This record gives sequence, C-alpha cells and structure tokens, in this order.
Amino acid sequence: MDLYVPIVVLGALAFAFAAGSVLMAAFTGPKRWNRAKLEAYECGIEPTPQPVGGGRFPIKYYLTAMLFIVFDIEIIFLYPWAVAFESMGIFALVEMALFIVTVLVAYAYIWRRGGLEWD
Amino acid sequence: MTGQEIVFTLLGVVAVGSAVMVVTTRQLVHAALWLVVSFGALAGGYLVLTAEFVAWVQVLIYVGAVVVLLLFGIMLTRAPIGPVPRSGEDDPLDSGNRWAALAVAVATAAVLITVLVMGFRDSRIRLEAGGGGAEPLGGSLFRTWVLPFEVLSVLLLAALVGAIVLSRTDIGAEDDEPGTDIPARTGGPAPDGGARVGGAKTGAGTDTGGRTGSGGSKGGGAKVDHSAEIAGAETDVKGGDGKAGAAEGSRGGADGARGREEGGG
Amino acid sequence: MSVPLAAPDPTLQSFGQDPWWLIGGKVLAIFVFLVLTVLLSMWVERRIIGRMQLRVGPNRAGPFGLLQGLADGVKLALKEDIVPRQVDKVVFVLAPVVSAVPAFVSFIIIPFGPTVSIFGHQTPLQGTDLPVAVLLVLAMASMGAYGIVLAGWSSMSPYSLLGGLRSAAQIISYEIAMGLSFVAVFLFAGTMSTTGIVNAQADRWFAVMLLPSFLVYVVTMMGESNRIPFDLPEGEGELVGGFHTEYSSLKFAMFFLAEYINLATLSALATTLFLGGWRAPAPISTVWEGANSGWWPVLWFLAKLWLFIFFFVWLRGSLPRVRYDQLMKLGWKILMPFSLGWILLVATIRGLRNEGHDMTQVAIWAAVVIGAVLLLSIAWDLVGRGRGDGGEIVPDLDGGAAPEAAGGFPVPPLDAPHYHGVAREGADVTAHKEVASGSH
Repeated sequence: MDLYVPIVVLGALAFAFAAGSVLMAAFTGPKRWNRAKLEAYECGIEPTPQPVGGGRFPIKYYLTAMLFIVFDIEIIFLYPWAVAFESMGIFALVEMALFIVTVLVAYAYIWRRGGLEWD
Repeated sequence: MTGQEIVFTLLGVVAVGSAVMVVTTRQLVHAALWLVVSFGALAGGYLVLTAEFVAWVQVLIYVGAVVVLLLFGIMLTRAPIGPVPRSGEDDPLDSGNRWAALAVAVATAAVLITVLVMGFRDSRIRLEAGGGGAEPLGGSLFRTWVLPFEVLSVLLLAALVGAIVLSRTDIGAEDDEPGTDIPARTGGPAPDGGARVGGAKTGAGTDTGGRTGSGGSKGGGAKVDHSAEIAGAETDVKGGDGKAGAAEGSRGGADGARGREEGGG
Repeated sequence: MSVPLAAPDPTLQSFGQDPWWLIGGKVLAIFVFLVLTVLLSMWVERRIIGRMQLRVGPNRAGPFGLLQGLADGVKLALKEDIVPRQVDKVVFVLAPVVSAVPAFVSFIIIPFGPTVSIFGHQTPLQGTDLPVAVLLVLAMASMGAYGIVLAGWSSMSPYSLLGGLRSAAQIISYEIAMGLSFVAVFLFAGTMSTTGIVNAQADRWFAVMLLPSFLVYVVTMMGESNRIPFDLPEGEGELVGGFHTEYSSLKFAMFFLAEYINLATLSALATTLFLGGWRAPAPISTVWEGANSGWWPVLWFLAKLWLFIFFFVWLRGSLPRVRYDQLMKLGWKILMPFSLGWILLVATIRGLRNEGHDMTQVAIWAAVVIGAVLLLSIAWDLVGRGRGDGGEIVPDLDGGAAPEAAGGFPVPPLDAPHYHGVAREGADVTAHKEVASGSH
C-alpha cells in the first residue's frame, strides 16, 4: 500500500489547488450584476427556451458508448494476457485469437449494419 | 482493528451510502454521479484487498464507461432532466416497480452471499502486495479459467448485436437510407445530426467552406445561422438539407429545433 | 546496461521506501513541474504559432514574453466569476475540479530518471510506480472525460451540452485505439509498470520495434487531447467554445490547465512507453558511459517531452479541423481493426520465436500475412466504394450546379462567385457577399 501514498498526496494537493482556485475566483473578481450576463450564451439572441429538455441526442452516442464498453472489456483482458504472455506459450495465443475473432464478428456485423457511420 | 480494516469499513460505508443516494435523489444526473462515488469506493475496497488490477478495471470500466453510458442514456431518452418535484401518485420517477425492484435486489444479494459463503466457508486468504497485479491474474485466467473466458467473448458478441438491433431499427437492410433518425425513437429532433448533415453536405473540401457550412446548419443559435444564410443563400452552396434546416432555424428560438429536425432528416 | 559506478536501474521494488519528507518533496516537485510546464507551453505554443503565421507572438510580459502564461492566469483570476442562472450549481462548480485533479494525478507514475541520491537517500526520480501503472493513466483519462461531460451538461446551454457530448464520444472512441496500442508494449516489456517498461527499452526503443503501435498512439494522442486537428468539441465555428462556453474566470482556467497538463501527460507517456523514457538517445549513450546515470537523464526526458509538445503545436499550426464523421471513422474503422491485427501479428511472431522456430521463416510468413491483409483491405475498399458512396452522394448533387465530386466528396460549386474572383466585375452586392462568407 505504500506505493499508493504519493498518489493520494498528489491527488489531495491537486484537489486543494483546484477547489481553492475555483472558490477563490468568487472573491478576486468583480461582481457587476447584469441580467443578460446570467443568461445562457447564445451569441446575443434570447436563449432558446428550455433548450435541454426539448432537444434530444441521436441514438448514435448511446451506441458509441455501448461499443466502448465492449471493446474496453476486450482491452482489459488483453492486458493481463500480454503481460503474462511470455510464460504461457502458443496456447494462450490461440485462446486470445479465438476471443478477438469472436468479438470481431460482432464488430463486422455492426459495421455492416451501419452502426459505425456518422453521416 | 488494523488500519486496513478501518479503511475498508469506511469505504464500505461510503459505497452503501452513495448507493442509497443513487436511488433516492430527485435528480437523474445526480443519481449517476452518486453511482460514480459508489463505484469509486468499491474500487478503493478492491485496492485495500490488494486486488490492484481489478480495482483499476473497476474505475476504467464502471466509472469510465458504464456511467458514461448511463449519462448518455439519460440525455437521449425522454427521462426528465433537472430536479423532479415530488408529485404524489403520478410521480415521473416512480415506475411503480418499487417492490419488484426490491425483490430483485434482495434476491441478487442472497445469491451472491450464498455463493461466497459456499465457495469460501471460513477459509482465510493471506493478502500479499502484488498478488493482484496483471501477471498473476493473466496466468490464472489463461491457464485455469479458459472456458469462462471464451464464453465471455460470446456474451460480448450478444451484447453488441443486441445493442445495435435495439438502438438502430432505422438502419440495416441495404436499401434503407442509412443514418435517418426516427423521431419517435430518438425522442425528437437531433441537433447534432442536423449539424453534421449540414457539415457533410454543404461543407466544402476547403477549410472555410467546411466551417461555414457546418456552423450554419447548427440551426440553434443566431450567429451561426447568420453564416448559414450566407453560405446557403448567397454563395449558393447546394446543400439542400442543411439550408432548409438553417433557414428555418435562423428564426431563432423554438423554431430552431424544428429546423434542425428537417436538417437532420 | 547500467554503468558500473552508478546505482542499478530502479525496479518496482525500489518504490514505497521513501521517508515522508521525500514523498512530500517529490509530490510537490511534480506539482510545480506541471504548473510550470503549463505556463511555459502556453507561451511556447503562442510564440511558435506566431512564428509560423509570420507574427511575433506574445513578447511583452517579462523577457521574451516568458511570463505571458502567468499574466494570463492573473488576468483570469481578476475577471468576474459568472455563474449563469440556469445552471446546476453543484455540478457546475464541481466540473472544473473533476477535470483538473485526474490530470495532475496521472503524472505521478512518469519516470523522470533513474535512481539518484537526494540528501544521502537513494531514490528513483519518479513519484511512485505500480504493477498496473499504465492502467492508472487510462483510468484517469476517463475520469477527466467526466469533467467535460458534466461541464457541458450542467451549463444547460445547447452549445455546452453538444460540446460535452461530442467530446465524451470522441474521448471514449480514441481511448479504445489508445488502449490497444499499449498492448504490444506490454507484450514486449512483460509488465505494466512504467519503470519496467523503461528498463525493457535499454537496448532498443519500442518506437523502433513497434513502429505501428507508436504511430497509432500518436494519432490517438491527438484525439484524446481534444486539440486540432481533432478539436471538434470546442469548434468555435459551430459551438462557440463547446463545453466551456458558460465558464469564466478561474473555473475556465481550470479547464485550460487540465488541457495543457493532459498534453504534457500524453507526451510524457509517449516518451516513457515508446521513446525509452529517460534513457539517452543512441549516439549519446554509446559514446558517453555516464549519460544514463545521475541527473543527466532528466535532461533527455525533458528534451523528448518538449519534442512531443512541439509536435502538438506544429500540428496545430499546420492542420485544419477534421469533420466529426471523419474523426469517428478514423477511430473506429481504421485505428481499431488495424491495432487488433497488429497485436495478433506481433504476438504470433513472438510466440513462435519463443517456441524456437526459425525466425527467417516466421518473417516470410508474417510478410505473406501482411500482404494478404493489405490485398483484402484494398479489395474491400474497392467493393465498398462501388456499392455505397455513389448512391449516397448523388442525390445531393443532381439538383446542383456542380457535379464535380472530388473523390466522392461533395464540393461546393466552383462557379460560385467568390471562388473565381468574379466579384470584381459584379455589382457591390457580390463584393459584400465575398467578405461575409469569408469572414466566418
């Protein structure tokens, strides 16, 4: 656990710095109230009413996140495999090749269905 | 109690506490954030148990990927964004499955506890630093647990295929026009879609052209719409869709959304 | 490899033995180093880009304008801290912090040099090291993505939300390719600790042995850092400022800081994983025995680090922004399958070598496989082009005046006034248009 002490210390220092700066900004800067200034910035026009609740996003973003999870999991298995590869020989290679090919089948299917298109 | 045990207990308390916050907060995005805290505490727990690799995987996969997926999900469905007031009977956050959810949760916990108790009984495992690194894990995974590992690839395959079948009914067969968003499914206009279509179609190969085009068809704001009008109407860039979207969008306000929908369609 | 007189190269066991004052000192040094790097790289970037664009760049604050970064920081602190009415206050304040903290933390595992003696204490020049050090960097990168997506969401403004969402999608897409580019390195090094990886490069850098991985990493590095040519999330032409549109004062500064620290971290990681970390480049280390001991390696490390930072700036000065669909296409359709194929190839070669096969034969087979894959991809490309693009693009253009599609891409009609300079003979109206469209 000693290895993690510097990480925690640096994290605490960075947090103190970042949080301190963000809080300090409220005191160092001027405060001049202006109604327009507190609106959402939309290049000078009246902000679109309820921009967030009304506007939704393409499903593609969701699909991208889904793809990301699956391939992230694949990567997570590739790492210990790569590290331990030297001691395992050809059998591990065949295992991993099978694994990658199976996932690539899904990948090819998605490609074919147009899931990777961002027109 | 050793220091390790104290930290472990504290992390457990944080994990459970934030998990309770996940299901009680009235703000969907805040719920996702509490989930991050819960997963983070869990990762800390793994770390205390010297399962380093698993701990960082927990951060990478659950915090970094699963919650992002949830956030995307919240943003692109009709889920309420912003705090939801409590409103008695027809509470939008109450799907009426409270008891079913509780039953499932208790059942899951029971299964997990049973497995753990049956698997380990009262055996004790000595924790040693470095025992949960990548190499020992890789060794045991690819020697002892080969079959589960290969089965997992099939699970991933199923997950991917399921994701695309569910999310994109609009694309698929060759003759369909790819990339059309069905409004009913995406829950209305697709702002980014509009921007991109405009960008791709009116956008020229040149930098300036590309920027005017894509900026213009963004459709939501005044400044960019202005440029779209110029790009569309005056220099006569033939970007049918983008122009339509931009022209209507340039009226600003709520019309922007409708313009975008046209642009995206 | 180690020079007889000096301490042996550090290993994972060298860590976790520092006294408290040394831990504090190292952490403080890394923190100060990062802040200084940010201030300096801002100045360097503006000066270099200025020079590339035949301008002078900032030269007023301090000698050669060196204090420009500091001046900017002070200026930002003295600006009003605007919290717009519609925002989700808690998340709005939290987002810059969430963005900045992980950026700092990743740097702790970067090795600056070998074991040195500080006040009689032998210690490696590195914050700490873990058996899974590189995983920490990846995890912190995905935490940093939260800062951006939360900033975008909590601002409750369409530009911010769109910028945040785009950015998150981009970062996660490129994280896949980035993660894959590391696999070959781990395969050769047999470890995920940065110290171990640097030690494994004593004879030859991984950039030489694993060139394709290195190239993939360099591309993903651009994608992860949200900078030109992949700075879609804050494309000012369409999204004003992207996710930080609503931020001002020091909150904005935190995003800025995080971006530049990420730049430094990505560069340092590239140095560590592919360019031999703190090891001296080949001609120096062969001629001069002591180049890899004592404090000298810090110099080599910094030189490599700044080389990468310069590379980032150079690209920013040279390349236009790519389109979002091109960005996603590059990440998902090119980098990812390419990396997977490369990993399998490298692993096969290495596995066969370990089994004691004849290497020339293996090399020949590898060449055959590469050739076959290339042929297949070309064939796929040809078939795909015949099938897809033509059908999609044509309906767009058939009503238009300009069918000259350049390589299948829609181009603006070339007879539009301002492309030919026709405006000169036209009326005033045309001249006006030219200015308007050009200035946006």
